[in-house]
Amino acid sequence: MNKKGGLEIPDFNQSPKIDKVGVEERVARFQKRSIKKESKMQGLRMALNMIDLTTLEGKDTPGKVKQMCYKAMHLHDVHPGLPTVAAVCVYPSMVKTAANEVKGSGVKVASVSTAFPSGQAPLEVKLIDTKFAVDSGADEIDMVISRGKFLSGDYNFVFDEIAAIKEACGKARLKVILETGELVTLDNVRRASDIAMYAGADFIKTSTGKIQPAATMQVTYTMLEAIRDFHLKTGKMIGMKPAGGISNSKLALHNLVMVKETLGNDWLTNEWFRFGASSLANDVLMQIMKTETGIYQSKDYFSID
Amino acid sequence: MERLEVLKTYKIYIGGKFPRTESARYYSPKNAKGQALGNICLSSRKDVRNAVVAARKAVGGWSERAAFNRSQILYRIAEMLEGRRAQFIDELIFQGATKAAAEKEVNLAIDRLIYYAGWCDKYVQVLSSVNPVSSAHFNFSTYEATGVVGVIAGQKTSLIDLVSIVAPVIAGGNSCVVIANENLPLCSVTFSEVLNSSDVPGGVVNILTGKQAEMIPALTTHMDVNAIAYCGNDSATLATIQENAVGNLKRVRAYDKNWMDAKSQDLYLISDFQEVKTTWHPIENIGGATSSY
Repeated sequence: MNKKGGLEIPDFNQSPKIDKVGVEERVARFQKRSIKKESKMQGLRMALNMIDLTTLEGKDTPGKVKQMCYKAMHLHDVHPGLPTVAAVCVYPSMVKTAANEVKGSGVKVASVSTAFPSGQAPLEVKLIDTKFAVDSGADEIDMVISRGKFLSGDYNFVFDEIAAIKEACGKARLKVILETGELVTLDNVRRASDIAMYAGADFIKTSTGKIQPAATMQVTYTMLEAIRDFHLKTGKMIGMKPAGGISNSKLALHNLVMVKETLGNDWLTNEWFRFGASSLANDVLMQIMKTETGIYQSKDYFSID
Repeated sequence: MERLEVLKTYKIYIGGKFPRTESARYYSPKNAKGQALGNICLSSRKDVRNAVVAARKAVGGWSERAAFNRSQILYRIAEMLEGRRAQFIDELIFQGATKAAAEKEVNLAIDRLIYYAGWCDKYVQVLSSVNPVSSAHFNFSTYEATGVVGVIAGQKTSLIDLVSIVAPVIAGGNSCVVIANENLPLCSVTFSEVLNSSDVPGGVVNILTGKQAEMIPALTTHMDVNAIAYCGNDSATLATIQENAVGNLKRVRAYDKNWMDAKSQDLYLISDFQEVKTTWHPIENIGGATSSY
């Protein structure tokens, strides 16, 4: 066994195997909870406050990013007293713009890096990418792992890469994207989660949002269990961020139930749990307005971003 | 060997599928002889919500279809209805109509669909106009679908009351959520099976059975419904609908017609659910020439 920062690094080949059928049954149960009235309202507000409002497109412009930052701070001004989202998530080139916009609002700036979304670039490039984002004012870095190396069994490479990026992050918190849609099996998801956490991730994140399937509840559950086991073993808390495919309130509430029942109340803050999403915010807002007014809402009356 | 009778389950129609009501409730309306017509879904406000979502999803594609194609599809509905006329006549008689009245109603429903099928690729030309303006502009007004229309069908009989209002609404490129006849629902449900087999895209017509009083508030307050067609003469209900419609300024149209009258069909039932778009197109006026386009 190796040691790193006082942690004993386990043999990742020995990561627990995942019982897929068991996971599916467990996940199905989370979806049967009936959450209504006050608890639903509380859940919806919590979900809003956990969103990383995201735009990751080739056609992003400073104007688009500014608009999204405004949305992050003013979700639906018709209804006063709503929380802001947790963070905005952009490409490194847009970090400066975003950081200027959200200054003083409490909304954090997250930046993807390491040749997102493929991660197919040499380590030096990834380090420069990361440092650029941090120097531009990113509070959080969302890196992608090298899935090709992982799938060919080169776990040390993946581990070292994450550790190197973590170092480059400095004070910024590091989210490690496993891109579970490319990892094929839940066993791989578990192993990649373990590698990321031992290598220094502050958060583990399911997907880039560019690959389907993305954040299925099965995958998120597997990662939450990995976080729980890591916490039991080392006492360190790791955050979780499902991203991609969570587009409606019901699914968001199911995810919150899953976090509560797997990790406990400590994780139910945006310090430890996030949703990576772009369309979720409006659906949650529509649900909140519906619950308050009793009238079904139309997306025509909510800002796009 | 004696065989067991297979009784039909009447289900609602949302997004091109036949789900049971989300509420899992049913009611059993009876005909004049006291026979139960069947176990009918007692839809809830959540079914209304689901139907509006389906209608909203469908309206873009439906309104952008070539007008001629919409015409073909309406004609197809008439063809499929023709093929099942015996079933509709049986249901109408079971609900209390005489044989002659039932046959007349089915014939009229088929003819009415063909009438509106004919209008699909003509109403825009007939209604649109080029307007005289006192500036160098080519100014014209044209018609576009209103969007999602909530239809509260008439309560006199179940087939013609439904077809007479749904046909002009969808001929104009709208999608609709229909609250069917409460006490005589059989033909409304069977008509949804006709729609399902006539190339009408799922979600363009959604049909819910149940208590009007329960569904009207949810439908008429819904912010994603653009217009309401109320077929009936209850002034209190109409007042409620108008009040509820204010939230997003829905267009409300009320009809107290005898749909069995062969004349109860016209172009203005289509234009009631259309929005006028007027375009000011600048033109160059060369050398004081008067006619510039």
